[in-house]
Amino acid sequence: MTAIDPTAHLTAEQIEELGRELDAIRDEVIADRGEKDAAYIRKVISAQRTLELASRGVLLFSIFPPAWVLGTAGLSVAKIMDNMEIGHNILHGQWDWMRDPKIHSTTWEWDHVSPAEQWKHSHNELHHTYTNVIGKDNDLGYGIMRVDEDQKWHPFHLGQPLWNFLNACFFEYGIAAYDLELGKNLHKRRRKNPEFRARAKAVGRKIRKQVLKDYVIHPLLSGPSFLPTLAATFTANLVRNIWTHSVIMCGHFPEGVQVFERRSIKGETRGQWYLRQMMGSANISGSKAMHFMTGNLSHQIEHHLFPDLPSNRYAEVAVKVRALFEKYELEYVTGPLPKQVFSAWHKVVRLSLPNKKPAVKTPDREQELVAA
Amino acid sequence: MTSTALRSRAWKLLEMVTTPLLPSDYLDLVSPLRAGADLRGRIEAVHPETGDAATIVIRPGRGWRGHTAGQYVRIGVDVDGVRLWRAYSLTSPTSRQDGRVTITVKAIPDGKVSNHLVRRAKPGTLIQLDQPTGDFVLPQAKPAKVLYLTAGSGITPVMGMLRDTEFDDVVMVHCAPQPQDVIFRNELHDLVADKKLRLTEVHTDTDGILDIARLDELVPDWAERETWACGPAGLLDAAEEHWAEHGVQERLHTERFRPSIVVTGDGGEVTFSATGKTVDADGATPLLDIGEEAGVLMPSGCRMGICFGCVTPLKAGAVRDLRTGEITEAEPGVLIQTCVSAAAGPCDIER
Repeated sequence: MTAIDPTAHLTAEQIEELGRELDAIRDEVIADRGEKDAAYIRKVISAQRTLELASRGVLLFSIFPPAWVLGTAGLSVAKIMDNMEIGHNILHGQWDWMRDPKIHSTTWEWDHVSPAEQWKHSHNELHHTYTNVIGKDNDLGYGIMRVDEDQKWHPFHLGQPLWNFLNACFFEYGIAAYDLELGKNLHKRRRKNPEFRARAKAVGRKIRKQVLKDYVIHPLLSGPSFLPTLAATFTANLVRNIWTHSVIMCGHFPEGVQVFERRSIKGETRGQWYLRQMMGSANISGSKAMHFMTGNLSHQIEHHLFPDLPSNRYAEVAVKVRALFEKYELEYVTGPLPKQVFSAWHKVVRLSLPNKKPAVKTPDREQELVAA
Repeated sequence: MTSTALRSRAWKLLEMVTTPLLPSDYLDLVSPLRAGADLRGRIEAVHPETGDAATIVIRPGRGWRGHTAGQYVRIGVDVDGVRLWRAYSLTSPTSRQDGRVTITVKAIPDGKVSNHLVRRAKPGTLIQLDQPTGDFVLPQAKPAKVLYLTAGSGITPVMGMLRDTEFDDVVMVHCAPQPQDVIFRNELHDLVADKKLRLTEVHTDTDGILDIARLDELVPDWAERETWACGPAGLLDAAEEHWAEHGVQERLHTERFRPSIVVTGDGGEVTFSATGKTVDADGATPLLDIGEEAGVLMPSGCRMGICFGCVTPLKAGAVRDLRTGEITEAEPGVLIQTCVSAAAGPCDIER
């Protein structure tokens, strides 16, 4: 919805051709998907479980500072793995093709206070279908922030750097509230809606279980290490929350990412849908370890094009996708994590203040320009 | 407090420790065959039987309840990363002392699981198991005379019986294309040498397919025998007709490996079995739309195949993925995305 449409140079035929080329990339991976991929996710799952178990074990002795540091670090990484490379991707149905009922989007539950079922609705269905469409995709600012010039400014937005920081610290609760559409549902009449009440109850149950585990049971098991274990789990949750929040902010908020008007998606073709995903997402560049720890959401563009392809394939897909960006002269927004996080935060701060309308957008020099 | 109550409390506590996972998710990492785990087995050896058949030696998990000779077991094997379930007859005697069981598998052309098991399965591999089942079994009271009528891999449940129970008077008529295609041939001939079995091999490549009327000549007293028959549908159909004609159908026991063949085509009759609705569908309309039009409450989401909000069990038949053209056939546990799948022949959607 920027003043300069970065896709204006493409004809309708070109956009459909682009769609066909992307379909071909998808088909290639599906035809080749097999034993190695299955072995990969199984290995990641057992590594995560082993790491979590070992870290919790070490934390039983967290009264000793080295044990505290080691256990906290291990648990933080285990929680990140659970949410990112494992949970997020399994819940997308990326591994459903294995037909293993234990690694399936319909049965998986994650270490997160938002029940998998509710998250799948708000994330897979609403966000992925209506990516970056103002008024349809609530991921744009999560309903508490203004992240595009064309969104209406309100004095409430003055505080958005603070809201965003608090959201980062307690991100899993933010997501749970978001999945419940809490803001909208807290009105008196809606609060009584039985469907909402059932969902709120499910969240309550999940929160209770998670809190009991992290802040009561495990500290109690640690006996004299009660308080250090409590602090360790709190820290691990905090680290996981800030990390996932940062990664997710980099997916759609950095400068250079486009947002779309509601009416722009009416009668959208397959090619146009693909194009919107391409222009509405941003990547994080970095090492293999970096991609792994972000659950391959560093390949956000590829993930949005093919949300159901196994995450371990995004890296190879990215090479081909990037070539298409070049071929069609489109901007592939990517950069290292600190730069992307800074860019996203910069936007949050900038848009906390009102801007003149219409905003004339100039190409952002901070971004790595692949095209041009 | 009783020990059961105590144990269930302890288990509840353990569940709180491991939430949102279950304690079993962790225990499975170290002891997948333990008592209380989902039933699994470990392949311990693969012995070739013929050019295209092999016996798989399986150590079942502690929850295995044992089988009766002639029964089959469903196994879930990961082939190219995809879990596929098939049923195979157990060929080991029930008296086997080492706790292992065997199935004998013949690789059928294009058979994903059978070819995998015969040619690629490796010792050490974990597979999923169901408890053994099937009523193609011997009676409690020993019949005086027995006839086993088998063809091809139809010999497998019968071999389980032969190895399990000795009878005074046993005749077997077995059909296979050539002598080298006869599974368990050496063992059968050993039984013949020990006078424990009278065997007639019909080699269909040279003798042609067995004409059921030839039984009068091969086994003159066939009608007096308690008969167990297993093989292709043609043989079993002929046998059932033949036994019925002579009024001795109660002496014939048959086992069919594939009761129904999936018919694939373009569109077909779609049954929504939970709702009891049946409608015609073409090969291009998503089953989600077909169901909704028929007034079936269908789960739905993005309607473009990305959110997996519409997955529903496919109970029978086949569907085609509208994006890739790939055909998915019904098997236990198979879920399909109704928003991007169309009927590829008659099918049954559990809604």
